[in-house]
Amino acid sequence: MNNRLVVVGGGLAGLMSCLKAVEAGWQVDVLALGPCKRSHSACAQGGINAALDTRGEGDSPWEHFDDTIYGGDFLANQTPVKGMCEAAPKIIYLFDRLGMQFNRTPEGLIDLRQLGGVKHHRVAFSGSTTGQQLLYALDEQVRRWEDQGKVRRFEGWEFLSALLDDDGCCRGITAQHLASGEIRAFPAGAVIIATGGPGIIFGKTTNSTINTGYAAGTLYRQGVTYANGEFIQIHPTAIPGADKNRLMSESVRGEGGRVWTYKDGKPWYFLEEWYPAYGNLVPRDVATRAIFKVCVDMGLGVDGQNMVYLDLTHMDPQEFERRLGGIIDIYHQFVGEDPRKVPMKIFPAVHYSMGGLWVDFDQMTNIPGLFAAGECEYQYHGANRLGGNGMLSAIYGGMVAGPKAVAYIQGTGKTGDNLPQGLAEGEIKRQQEFQAELLKRDGRENVYQLHREMGQWMNDNVTVVRYNDRLLKTEEKLQELAERYQRISIHDISPIGNQTLAFARQFGAMLDLARAITRGAYLRNESRGAHYKPDFPERDDANWLKTTLARYTPAGPEISYEPVELSYIKPRKRQYETDKGVSKVG
Amino acid sequence: MANQVLLKIRRQAGPSELPYWEEFAVPHQPNLNVVAALMEIQLNPVNAQGQRTSPVVWDCSCLEEVCGACSMRINGKARQACSALVDQLTQPIVLEPLSKFPVVRDLMVDRQILFEHLKRVKAWIEVDGYYDMGPGPRIQPKTQEWAYMFSRCMSCGCCTESCPQVNSRTSFMGPAAMAQAYLFNSHPLGASLVEERLAAVMGEGGIAECGKAQNCVRACPKGIPLTDALAEISRDTIKQALRVWRRS
Repeated sequence: MNNRLVVVGGGLAGLMSCLKAVEAGWQVDVLALGPCKRSHSACAQGGINAALDTRGEGDSPWEHFDDTIYGGDFLANQTPVKGMCEAAPKIIYLFDRLGMQFNRTPEGLIDLRQLGGVKHHRVAFSGSTTGQQLLYALDEQVRRWEDQGKVRRFEGWEFLSALLDDDGCCRGITAQHLASGEIRAFPAGAVIIATGGPGIIFGKTTNSTINTGYAAGTLYRQGVTYANGEFIQIHPTAIPGADKNRLMSESVRGEGGRVWTYKDGKPWYFLEEWYPAYGNLVPRDVATRAIFKVCVDMGLGVDGQNMVYLDLTHMDPQEFERRLGGIIDIYHQFVGEDPRKVPMKIFPAVHYSMGGLWVDFDQMTNIPGLFAAGECEYQYHGANRLGGNGMLSAIYGGMVAGPKAVAYIQGTGKTGDNLPQGLAEGEIKRQQEFQAELLKRDGRENVYQLHREMGQWMNDNVTVVRYNDRLLKTEEKLQELAERYQRISIHDISPIGNQTLAFARQFGAMLDLARAITRGAYLRNESRGAHYKPDFPERDDANWLKTTLARYTPAGPEISYEPVELSYIKPRKRQYETDKGVSKVG
Repeated sequence: MANQVLLKIRRQAGPSELPYWEEFAVPHQPNLNVVAALMEIQLNPVNAQGQRTSPVVWDCSCLEEVCGACSMRINGKARQACSALVDQLTQPIVLEPLSKFPVVRDLMVDRQILFEHLKRVKAWIEVDGYYDMGPGPRIQPKTQEWAYMFSRCMSCGCCTESCPQVNSRTSFMGPAAMAQAYLFNSHPLGASLVEERLAAVMGEGGIAECGKAQNCVRACPKGIPLTDALAEISRDTIKQALRVWRRS
């Protein structure tokens, strides 16, 4: 029997699922757009949550669970979130053994800090490059198994499509080698998709350029349900830039950074004034709306621009060098000012997608044999993600997906060896024909220009504040862009490293996902977590405590809903003006 | 023209094609960096002579100098294009692919060999399994801070590019791989593979090839004290040689 599994994605979720499958005795092909060390997980800064309670604060996995559900405005299914929070301390200890360079206390224990929406020190970290360090720890382990022939890495390969048999089961994928243009099939009994978020749909974001959402968008077109797409996290503190908005970690506030602007000639610490219980450490959606209100509604941004101060200048420079070093350098380097001396200027930017491919509690999508883990799926954050839970959910999702994918293959007996005749060949041919057609388009449109327009529209109308009339206009714009997309010209016919061709392919999938996101936002007439409509300012559990499910049709997304699983914690009003308290255990 | 940025780019259509130069002028913006300037060419693939051309090909991902993808030679110096601010560079800004790696196309090179070297020095810890077995060893903050310097190596290739000993006549693995061997040898749980790592470091392409030019430590965009690691691992190989000699 062919004991081979395909993992698409070289970030935390993909590599973790790979290691768990290897541990179960399986061989894994890992595909990634580039060397795994360059995955977007490397950009995660602040840290990873685990209720280690080494500060005697009475923290517990239950508190972590309650904070996560409450922080997500009760939209997350509770059983998987509970599993994640219970596994968190074990995950930290596993990475500790992998040589992960966590910051330490004088006694040599793993140091913890605080992030938004939480009253405990719960975040293990490694300077301000925690994601990079976690990613490298997994990358090293995968290299170890690569050395022993258990893992084959295909770096520089992009997923193109899933191979679906007549039963509708996933039997592998097709992928393209970006340097040579070669397209081939990777047959397997099961596939794990761990391709990250779709941030680039919004143009300038905190995301890496590789986060186009292409794989998720393609799978959506192939029949995978896309869930809660309208829930897009806007990070409150990013450095606006010409090419991207660089993240300024929440850990700056966790370490004592204060947000302010001038009002009546005096510094005004508006978060501390409006949210006395949590102050600067309110969750991201709350902080983002507050900064937006101050800049856009009240016109009180710094120098009249859309920016406020994030201030560390009162802190001990040596201490924050030790705990925040990397990001201080980023600001210094890209803005040219020293945050030790001058407050940083920041503004919210698109950061993370809570929504994604629908999966069951085994991380399997509605297509049998097709699993998903990490930001590309929807399962762990509800309507808003708490800082420190992103990396945790990626790792935990990978830990679940690996063994479940193995169990699935063992149960079905479908492997990479016994693919239906012609399945792989047919799909390769279809992909080749599609790309040939893209190359032949010789209109006047430039796909990068179309992308810039899409990003602008999505950013202006489908982020912090949403109005139904503008969402409808955005849908019209997306359809216009889809028409103009037919009239692009690639300007490059070479098969070698043809990045424009790859981007043109990705752009089609981005348009599809953008429509699913926008339609979900239009229909959801309430405000919950990151989704905020001034015309419907309250959470409406009677009508909207349900998960959005988008199915692709050529005419546009078809939306339905399913109930949220609420087995442990009864929904209560989410507010951060006062201490949230904690629900009773069990 | 103050409102334009001039770029002179060494291009190459494929691994076996001949290189050529092409010039571009892109609109200036405040805080513009080299990646953003290259993105402008994608939006309007026309060269400085006004002729339509193919967009320039290069690697990039995070744009915040943590992923290591966008290394290239910028005005002769190997560095990350995302953190190279246009206003701090002499124009025309000359962009070339790294010279110590095979060109794929234009500014994109194949750096897989860096990861092969990490394999050769066994840059990992041999844990028993990926499940819960309690915490790892306690580590003092000072020890962690030192190790963290090395664990931030993003395999960008700038040290390899700057090292005179990495050339067609030697097989030197370069400073980054040596530093990773040192990092894992220093970890309490990494110790189980110390002798194997040192064997690799003492073998072909190992530390003996280092010419102590010290270019690497100046080239590293992350300020990793590479020369300290090279000195330490060099000393360790001597101790290892003595141990082997005593045993024989």
